[in-house]
Amino acid sequence: MSKEVVELDHVSIRFAGDSGDGMQLTGDQFTSTTAILGNDLTTLPDFPAEIRAPAGTLPGVSAFQLHFGNADILTPGDFADVLVAMNPAALKANLKELRKGGDLLVNTDEFGARALTKVGYETNPLEDGSLDGYNVHPIALTSMTVEALKEFDMSKKEAERAKNMFALGMLLWMFTRPLEPTIKFLDAKFGKKPVILAANKKALQAGWSFGETTESFATQFVVKPASMPTGTYRNIHGNLATAYGLIAASKRSGLPLFLGTYPITPASDILHELSKHKGFGVRTFQAEDEIAAIGAALGASYAGMLGVTTTSGPGVALKSETIGLAVALELPLIIIDVQRGGPSTGLPTKTEQADLLQAMFGRNGEAPVPIVAPQSPADCFNAAIEAARIAITYRTPVFLLSDGYVANGAEPWLIPTEDSLPTIDPKFATGPNHTLEDGTEVFWPFKRDPETLARPWAIPGVAGLEHRIGGIEKQDGTGNISYDPANHDFMVRTRQAKVDGIAKTIEPLLVDDPSGAAKTLVIGWGSTYGPIQDACRNLRDEGIQVAHAQVRHLNPFPANLGEVIKSYDKVVVPEMNLGQLNMLLRAKYLVDTIGFNQVRGLPFKTQELMDAIKEVASHG
Amino acid sequence: MAETFASLSLVPKADAPQSAKDFKTDQEVRWCPGCGDYAILAAVQGFMPELGVKRENIVFVSGIGCSSRFPYYMNTYGVHSIHGRAPAIATGLAASRPDLSVWVVTGDGDALSIGGNHLIHALRRNVNLKILLFNNRIYGLTKGQFSPTSETGKITKSSPVGSVDHPFNPLSVAIGAEATFVARTIDSDRQHLQSVLRAAAEHEGTALIEIYQNCDIFNDNAWEPLKNPDTRDDVTIRLVHGEKLIFGSQLDRCVVRKADGTLAVANVADVAESEIVVHDAHNVDPSYAFSLSRLSHPETLQDTPIGVFRDVKRPTFESGLRAQIETAEAVAGAGDLNALLQGKDTWEVR
Repeated sequence: MSKEVVELDHVSIRFAGDSGDGMQLTGDQFTSTTAILGNDLTTLPDFPAEIRAPAGTLPGVSAFQLHFGNADILTPGDFADVLVAMNPAALKANLKELRKGGDLLVNTDEFGARALTKVGYETNPLEDGSLDGYNVHPIALTSMTVEALKEFDMSKKEAERAKNMFALGMLLWMFTRPLEPTIKFLDAKFGKKPVILAANKKALQAGWSFGETTESFATQFVVKPASMPTGTYRNIHGNLATAYGLIAASKRSGLPLFLGTYPITPASDILHELSKHKGFGVRTFQAEDEIAAIGAALGASYAGMLGVTTTSGPGVALKSETIGLAVALELPLIIIDVQRGGPSTGLPTKTEQADLLQAMFGRNGEAPVPIVAPQSPADCFNAAIEAARIAITYRTPVFLLSDGYVANGAEPWLIPTEDSLPTIDPKFATGPNHTLEDGTEVFWPFKRDPETLARPWAIPGVAGLEHRIGGIEKQDGTGNISYDPANHDFMVRTRQAKVDGIAKTIEPLLVDDPSGAAKTLVIGWGSTYGPIQDACRNLRDEGIQVAHAQVRHLNPFPANLGEVIKSYDKVVVPEMNLGQLNMLLRAKYLVDTIGFNQVRGLPFKTQELMDAIKEVASHG
Repeated sequence: MAETFASLSLVPKADAPQSAKDFKTDQEVRWCPGCGDYAILAAVQGFMPELGVKRENIVFVSGIGCSSRFPYYMNTYGVHSIHGRAPAIATGLAASRPDLSVWVVTGDGDALSIGGNHLIHALRRNVNLKILLFNNRIYGLTKGQFSPTSETGKITKSSPVGSVDHPFNPLSVAIGAEATFVARTIDSDRQHLQSVLRAAAEHEGTALIEIYQNCDIFNDNAWEPLKNPDTRDDVTIRLVHGEKLIFGSQLDRCVVRKADGTLAVANVADVAESEIVVHDAHNVDPSYAFSLSRLSHPETLQDTPIGVFRDVKRPTFESGLRAQIETAEAVAGAGDLNALLQGKDTWEVR
């Protein structure tokens, strides 16, 4: 039976179910298939911190949103066009994410009286007319899955588990995507469990066939590939890109990678990934706590490794003293903070940008630390290499401020070749660097490079360079303990000047202002790039000229930043915090910038940003 | 020059014999006059040439406290870090560089209060570190508060009517964490101290050496019964592997095993010779060494064993880590970055 085929420019679909329903996996598989077809895409996994909250309850709902299209896709979509709800809880928690008139695929098998009561539905929404504004497709997903698998030697409960594959097959049919990538994935995942493998494949196929034969779906959709720069692409998550960036930095600097870390959401996947790559000489050390994690990483840096620690905000709090020690020792160290909702434990699985001031100032004494923030999942790769460049060149700890949204989100990535990546020269000290008055050649651990103000990095094992360093203030040059007031003043100012001087090596801030006529600048940092860029493009389509700049280096700022923001009448600073970059800009440049702030644990919606920017741009 | 110590098999050998002087720095030593640290420093500097390894391949790492100034006075590589964290920093160092001889210098506050967690985890992992724990039962650098090894009831600046804390026995803690090498020695007994250092250097893995050290300013004579020539032989049990645990100025005291398996002190005259315990530092069951560590009386110090309590073999942390890397390289070859970045699912845009 042939159905109508409609072409769409872009579409956003959302899978929602119990934490145990495999929604993240389903979403990931749909995403991989879509990426291979050449669509541009952005994803938003949205899941609870609890591993498996009681089945069928609102806290247990796990969702995954994917926005894909035939052109540049910058956000997961303000609202989904298609929502797959595996049970009443998933419907209740996610209906507000579906656009009015959108397609709602509901697993009717789970809409029994008890399940409805559990989440507070007094009447069945499938029957009470409350879903009239949507295009509802009632589907007996569980029972059809069980029916399809009756030939297999498995219990009903086991068979039910394959219902996510049925749903995936159905969606793949609906959007004319092939089954092969998922079949390949299942082969790899369940190769050693032939019955489960066969059952999952069968459920996937049954879902596809159901789509083709049911009268519930009159239409199939096509989304053509996006036109992107030529080259080889893959789909990549932010945490994976960060891990790859670290391995690349290790190779391009010749420094073996040492990761000292303690598991914490949403950073742990970087540990999981790096622990697989021992063939690259990667050492991963799962420490007893956050403090030991960074301590070991710093010890490794002293030994001449590329020392890295990964964490999230609460972990940064624990590491603060050691970050201060790294500032004082002037050793390279990369601290990756995958930000999540705070304060305290906060919202472990949700995104936020509220650790900027912690990274800037969260230490005792004057302890400046450079900060780099990736703006998209794939950009984590480049940002990690840039963090390594700064750390190694300037002998300093560096913050990489990722967040839950870029870390767990995914997008297509134009894969670079190793040769195209920058090299980083560690320039280890090899001999004496100072001549005393009596002509003796000596090694001074705190005699600086006049250009970078970086001190020599002398690693153990080199004869003649034996030296002692510590957290106590050091005499300029010799590095000996010094309590001299003038020396301390000099050293504090010099450490600051060293970090400030990094600005000479970073690219000027780029402003996106196609018309050149914008009077309003929108300035963001980190993962808000996509939503801000999307909002600005839409506003321009409406005839409102706005400029956009995304700050990648937050300490030091690019040298032209002050000049840029002073050249616009209005400057709007959207952030997923209460105005942290805004505070820094106002303090440093004395410009009356205007914050737009949300701390909802979710990325900005394009429409909300458009409204906020329009409000500023139109009030003169 | 000594033969190669087992724990230093991967550390480059010195080209020529060294002397204690080679390990002294030009820095003025800033401990209080009379501090036990001077004796320990001299003993360590005097011992270092025995290691027979290149000076530049030795690193001393410390935390915070009086003892933690130690690295500044050793002409090796050194890091004076932050309070309690030296074992963590040294773990990263040792795990990265098997060609280094890594020593940690710490105190009772540094190792057992603020850094207790790192200490027990370094011990269980068996990282190739030699940890010198200077125990003076007091906080010195903060000017005289009770420490986690101070006796209950101790009157200090922060406990004017006596501390209510129950003290740690550092060796019991270490043995509880299944440390592979645990020893105790005394700052003023240079010969014994160096014999323990020697045994520690031979040991592959973490060695914890508790050094009873005197703080003459805030807790003078804390270990007096063990040092005073009139009393020391009567209160000290000298542990020698393979020898009967007999002690006392008249050799009239001994260690025996009670019916419940724990150890106790008895009069030689009251027991059969076969009942006297023969010291076995290689006993893999930690309960033996633990029981030894419980013999001493925390206040009178009566029946205090010194020497090597426990010295057992277990693979080191870094050998395991290294083996995994070597296996990965052997199986799949050295990592190919281009192949890694490509992954499995790619598509071309033309």
